[in-house]
Amino acid sequence: MEYTILILALPLLSFLLLGLLGKRMPHMLAGTIGTLSLAAVTALSYITAAGYFLSGRNAEGVFADIMPYNFTWLPFDGMLGIDMGILLSPISVMMLIVISTVSLMVHIYSLGYMKGERGFQRYYAFLSLFTFSMLGLVVATNIFQMYVFWELVGVSSYLLIGFYYTKPAAIAASKKAFIVTRFADLFFLIGILIYGYYMETFSFNPPATELMTAGAVLPVALLLMFIGGAGKSAMFPLHIWLPDAMEGPTPVSALIHAATMVVAGVFLVARLFPIFIGYAPEVLHIIAYVGAFTALYAAIVACAQSDIKRVLAFSTISQIAFMMVALGVCTGSDPHEGGLGYMASMFHLFTHAMFKGLLFLGAGAIIHAVHSNEKDHMGGLRKYMPVTHITFLIACLAIAGIPPFSGFFSKDEILVACYRYSDLMGMFMSAVAALTAFYMFRLYYVIFWGKSHYEEQLALYNGGESSHKPHKPHEAPFTMTLPLVILAIITCVAGFIPFGEFVSSNGQEYTIHLDKTVATTSVILALAGIAVATVMYIRSGSRMRRIVNWALHGPIVAAYHRFYMDEVWLFVTKKIIFNCISRPIAWFDRKVVDGSLDLLAKATQNTAALIRPWQSGNIQTYCIWFLCGALVIILALLYMA
Amino acid sequence: MDINMIIFGGLAIVMIVSALFAVTSSKIMRATTLLLFVLFGTAGLYFMLHYTFLGAVQITVYAGGIVVMFIFAILLIGKGSMDITQTSIRRYLAGMATALTGMALAIYLIMNTDFHSDKFTADGVDMKLLGNALMGTEKFNYILPFEAMSVLLLACTVGAIMIARKK
Amino acid sequence: MNIPAEYMLILSAMLFFIGVFGFFTRRNLVSLLISTELMLNAVDINFAVFNAYCQPQHLEGYIFSLFGIGVAAAETAVAIAIIINVYRNIHSIHIKKLKNLKH
Repeated sequence: MEYTILILALPLLSFLLLGLLGKRMPHMLAGTIGTLSLAAVTALSYITAAGYFLSGRNAEGVFADIMPYNFTWLPFDGMLGIDMGILLSPISVMMLIVISTVSLMVHIYSLGYMKGERGFQRYYAFLSLFTFSMLGLVVATNIFQMYVFWELVGVSSYLLIGFYYTKPAAIAASKKAFIVTRFADLFFLIGILIYGYYMETFSFNPPATELMTAGAVLPVALLLMFIGGAGKSAMFPLHIWLPDAMEGPTPVSALIHAATMVVAGVFLVARLFPIFIGYAPEVLHIIAYVGAFTALYAAIVACAQSDIKRVLAFSTISQIAFMMVALGVCTGSDPHEGGLGYMASMFHLFTHAMFKGLLFLGAGAIIHAVHSNEKDHMGGLRKYMPVTHITFLIACLAIAGIPPFSGFFSKDEILVACYRYSDLMGMFMSAVAALTAFYMFRLYYVIFWGKSHYEEQLALYNGGESSHKPHKPHEAPFTMTLPLVILAIITCVAGFIPFGEFVSSNGQEYTIHLDKTVATTSVILALAGIAVATVMYIRSGSRMRRIVNWALHGPIVAAYHRFYMDEVWLFVTKKIIFNCISRPIAWFDRKVVDGSLDLLAKATQNTAALIRPWQSGNIQTYCIWFLCGALVIILALLYMA
Repeated sequence: MDINMIIFGGLAIVMIVSALFAVTSSKIMRATTLLLFVLFGTAGLYFMLHYTFLGAVQITVYAGGIVVMFIFAILLIGKGSMDITQTSIRRYLAGMATALTGMALAIYLIMNTDFHSDKFTADGVDMKLLGNALMGTEKFNYILPFEAMSVLLLACTVGAIMIARKK
Repeated sequence: MNIPAEYMLILSAMLFFIGVFGFFTRRNLVSLLISTELMLNAVDINFAVFNAYCQPQHLEGYIFSLFGIGVAAAETAVAIAIIINVYRNIHSIHIKKLKNLKH
């Protein structure tokens, strides 16, 4: 498995090459270099996965962790050091597949989407950096390496959100994303340090004795780490950066803010799952409740957004929350008893990455065609963009949980796990799943059905009422439709992967079998959601839609403003934190810290001013002082003698 | 009263008074003339020690050379710009206090030190001995300083010309 | 009866400190030079006196006095050349005006 180092090395090299020399390259050369290196990485990832899973289970019936590389990177003392290396385990191999596949699709897609953009090479350099960091994160052998790559991922996300750096909104969004996730990462770091202090290692499986003796500190450390994960995975109330992050190029949103980076928090919890389940089950409960609330909140907000990328962003938040809930509802490590959620969460992560990547890429194709993010500028696009239409529909069906698309299988497992935890949780999540189907099909209908904005504008133009000739929507080029088709195919078949064979909470083989009651109810609920959406949105201006808009006017406006969470944060930071903490600190810094230094400087200055006249340059004065000194010395000698 | 004592007393009074006026007079020409008196008095002291050659050198070099140079300089620069403005009273007092303290300290030390100064003879110095000492290369001979002196004087002459000549 | 050596030394000390006093208080380069000459002269007297009263059989002090007179001559020549040059450049020999070397 020594070749796995190439999986990390190739994107890094590609980043360095494009970053250093990109400006001298023609656009297409830079894009080709990035895409080819990523294709190689993808091939290597599939080979790694095949090699890993085909080598078979060991005597205990699990896929053993393999560490092809591990070296001490930063030794602190004899006991504690930071290692760097590559760890292959079922979930990291699964993540390798997800990341490299989606990343390759995005690379190919961007060849078309970003064509002719300024900074094309820079874009590919950043994409490579991101891929490198994300791959490094999932193969980390210890939690500190994970943290290092975690921050690298944050940086590349920041760079890519702010890719259009001449747009004030993009700059603000990139800063917001960086600051919010960084704020959460502070807790992550504290958690890591506490963990390292008590475990005397940063490894994922510390010695059992240390775990026993750590006592109540361990849950605290794990909770802090979860806060870090919640920041990255946009859990309520740290979700505020993700919708704004849509200011970045759409393929970036597909890669980073839908498929890979945002699931890092889920991956973190999954990575530490044995510790969570063994020593801190109460933290898992917290995760479950936070996730459930976030899922509902994001789903409601998604119903009222008008920017199609924001709908998808909130849908992402909601789906990640599903994964978090699935992890949180685990009560044991046996997949047949309480550990089903682990497998369900990973499965959903896998399928969600594919269909959400597809949705974003489809949205990108639509935005590419109509040059707008607003749903009002779309409508009736199914005639103009058939490939996008079909693939988008497949993804919508998948996320809504309609068999036989992949989302159905993974979401079904999550719901089963929730029902095992408690009926209330199960019903709650089923309701959210129905809501998911509703808002996704609302999105689908307003984009592809209803009155065509283009035709309306064209009529106005032909009627002489508008001087602006509208732009005719067109199907995306081949480089963009190819990834859509590939991802759509994966979405269709991924549900039939016997996922439990590869990944399960205790590593043992687990065969997925559908729970008929849960499956039936969830399909019925999803169909109901779709039906409501169909009635309301298949034609623009249906009566039902007007009635609902009128009846629920207040809640819709509130949801459109995301229940004013941004304003709450602004109030908390600007009004409370700035006034109560920052200003006193600033005052202290300016008056006391700076003041003491100023005092020092002033004292020196005054002393200097005092003694400067002595250095008058006047020889006669010097002579007088010299003679005085000589006399004093003579007197002193006389006195002593 | 010994005649020597009387002569010494007279010389001492002349020298000290002349020196005092030389450093306080506001007329530069007067100061220079008074300096000349001090130099003559010094030559007189040398004669009293029976160092006649030294006394002669003192008169020729100092009185004949240096003071003449002073007077030339004063004449070249112009008397008008040379007349002495006094310094501030503060510096005047400080200088006086330091000088008086130093003087008192020196006199105190001289009075309280035994110099074993009882070997005075009225023989003077034999010129032949002096010539040998200046030009000899033995112990207690001074050919090297003598030559160094000659080089120094040459260097000074050249330097003085270099500095003073008009561009 | 001879004059005690101390009298001579006191005389030279007084001359020396009068020179010092002059050096401290005069504001004119030529006057400063005169004060310097006074001090040098006092030192020469000391050399001669110590030679005559303490080591009459040797000639150290005597010859030192000779050399001292020679050095004084050389120094005066250079100093006066400098003073003339200064005067030529700034038309003054008042030490308040000589500030260009101060910095």
